[in-house]
Amino acid sequence: MRILKFIGCIIIAMLLTCCDGEPEPEMRIDAPVNFPSITYNTQKNPVTTKGFELGRSLFYDGILSRDGTISCGSCHQQGAAFSHRGHIVSHGIDDKLGTRNAPPIMNLAWQKYFLWDGGVHDLDLQPVAPIQNPVEMDEKLERVLDKLRNHESYPDKFDQAFGSNEINTERLLKALSQFMVTLVSGNSRYDKYKRGEGEVLTSDEIEGLNLVQQKCASCHSTDLFTDLSFRDNGLDETTKTDYGRYAITLKETDRFKFKVPSLRNVEVTAPYMHDGRFRNLDMVLDHYAEGVHNNANLDPLLKQGDVLGISLTKDDKARIIAFIKTLTDRQFLRDTRFSEASK
Amino acid sequence: MKNLYIYLVLLIIVASSCSSNDSEIKPNEKGTLTLHFDNVVGDKDLTLTSGVYTNSSSESFSVTTLKYFISNIKLKTTDNKEFVVPQDSSYFLVDESVEESQDLLLKDIPAADYNEVTFTIGVDSARSVSDVSKRKGVLDPAETDMYWSWNSGYIFFKMEGTSTAIDDSFYYHIGGYGGYSSDAKTFNNIKTISIHFGGDKATVRSTIEPEAHFYVDVLKVFNGETTLSIKDHPMVMFSDYSVNIATNYASIIEYGHVHNDPKK
Repeated sequence: MRILKFIGCIIIAMLLTCCDGEPEPEMRIDAPVNFPSITYNTQKNPVTTKGFELGRSLFYDGILSRDGTISCGSCHQQGAAFSHRGHIVSHGIDDKLGTRNAPPIMNLAWQKYFLWDGGVHDLDLQPVAPIQNPVEMDEKLERVLDKLRNHESYPDKFDQAFGSNEINTERLLKALSQFMVTLVSGNSRYDKYKRGEGEVLTSDEIEGLNLVQQKCASCHSTDLFTDLSFRDNGLDETTKTDYGRYAITLKETDRFKFKVPSLRNVEVTAPYMHDGRFRNLDMVLDHYAEGVHNNANLDPLLKQGDVLGISLTKDDKARIIAFIKTLTDRQFLRDTRFSEASK
Repeated sequence: MKNLYIYLVLLIIVASSCSSNDSEIKPNEKGTLTLHFDNVVGDKDLTLTSGVYTNSSSESFSVTTLKYFISNIKLKTTDNKEFVVPQDSSYFLVDESVEESQDLLLKDIPAADYNEVTFTIGVDSARSVSDVSKRKGVLDPAETDMYWSWNSGYIFFKMEGTSTAIDDSFYYHIGGYGGYSSDAKTFNNIKTISIHFGGDKATVRSTIEPEAHFYVDVLKVFNGETTLSIKDHPMVMFSDYSVNIATNYASIIEYGHVHNDPKK
């Protein structure tokens, strides 16, 4: 018996020392069991408490912008699932307007491509785009690094997160990723219902869920409620010059295609579509029911024979919206670990 | 008489240094090789901003910015053995406004007689999609303005300038590595070229530091397989037309000469 205990101790000691030199990840991405598997490679960037905290400080710090006024959190606000509630497009530095609606930041660990057109293929490279965009933060990465190196507390924070106070592009971007991948939204009423955690949905909500599964889930699929693909959903583009995915692939068949957004938390992310053209969810459903345009690249799912759009009665729409509201994750929207106040 | 004596000494030094060119190569002997890129416009040297030149569309122009990546360098010996420069030491950005950037110093090159070099103008597709930890030096988006953040990828070749043909500036920012996935496939403007040193050779030894000179003729960006008119195409960035410019810049580099100077 003693020998067994002794061997047990040795095994535990070996387990404890096996990762010597490499800081053990202290935080896990809370992957809900009803989600598919994670895409982000945490092996190359393990999330640690200090890395997460550094990422959070950077996320909420105007130091990333040219004149110190715009942080990531300016246009990605927690109460709006890290989108910009009420803003068709966001105003960045010098009150300049962007061209697209700021998307929510949630469940990014499951995303393969970033931005509405998928122009960025790696979350670690994503923040370079808003930092350097002349109408967003309008700053040079090189200057951001200089400001951080000369800051009174960032060198220490980088030291705690990465083992030395060196501040470079890789560490800046990986710290931001560590914060962003932990922004997981999977505790809505729907999730708790789905996982059998005692939540009950009303009959309208259940009917709405069934309607979403029949009529919406080809694109808003899995419990991420998006298949992450790029599609033309029949918006009126006659006077528009934002060609979406076409700008990235230069393929005519990609003109006016945009990434399918998740339905999660959409109750708080109005306005909708890549250009924020719809003020509320009623307008979105009216679009799918009656407003779909026969664009050249219109998604075939929105064109059955000669009929455009999705057939939805007034009651259908109301039930779908009732269901969609069960996807609001109050816990996520209020989680103090993610809030600016904790930075 | 005294002068003659000095000449005699010099002659001996020169003769002895020449004979060392063909000296036996010791096992594991290493040396350096410098590739020098001299940017020119036809038969004139390129002078940024103030130099005025004319292309074959009779457009007068000046160049204000010229930068391009040279990467993935391979050397070939006179007896056809290849040496691949280790990849992490094989990314360079030549910038006409930074003199040191025009000398690509390759270190730890096995001693041999080399007479051909192969390299990429641009950044290979693997490194274009690599993890941020692999993006150091000239590949660091903070170090240069040769990275597109909105459509992640490097600008391989950048030439900007002014022209009376448009009374304004022209911009050529050429990149495009083929796309990060099969559904994001685009054109590929990565150009890999091999340049032979004619009858010359770069004799890399621990005692000799050869420097190979290349001429990079920006006039050929305009006067190539495609005649590029500034008036018709004042701004070419990520677009299908960029393929024509990339095809042109694939043949702008030619061999000049080699200095096999003794180590200083």
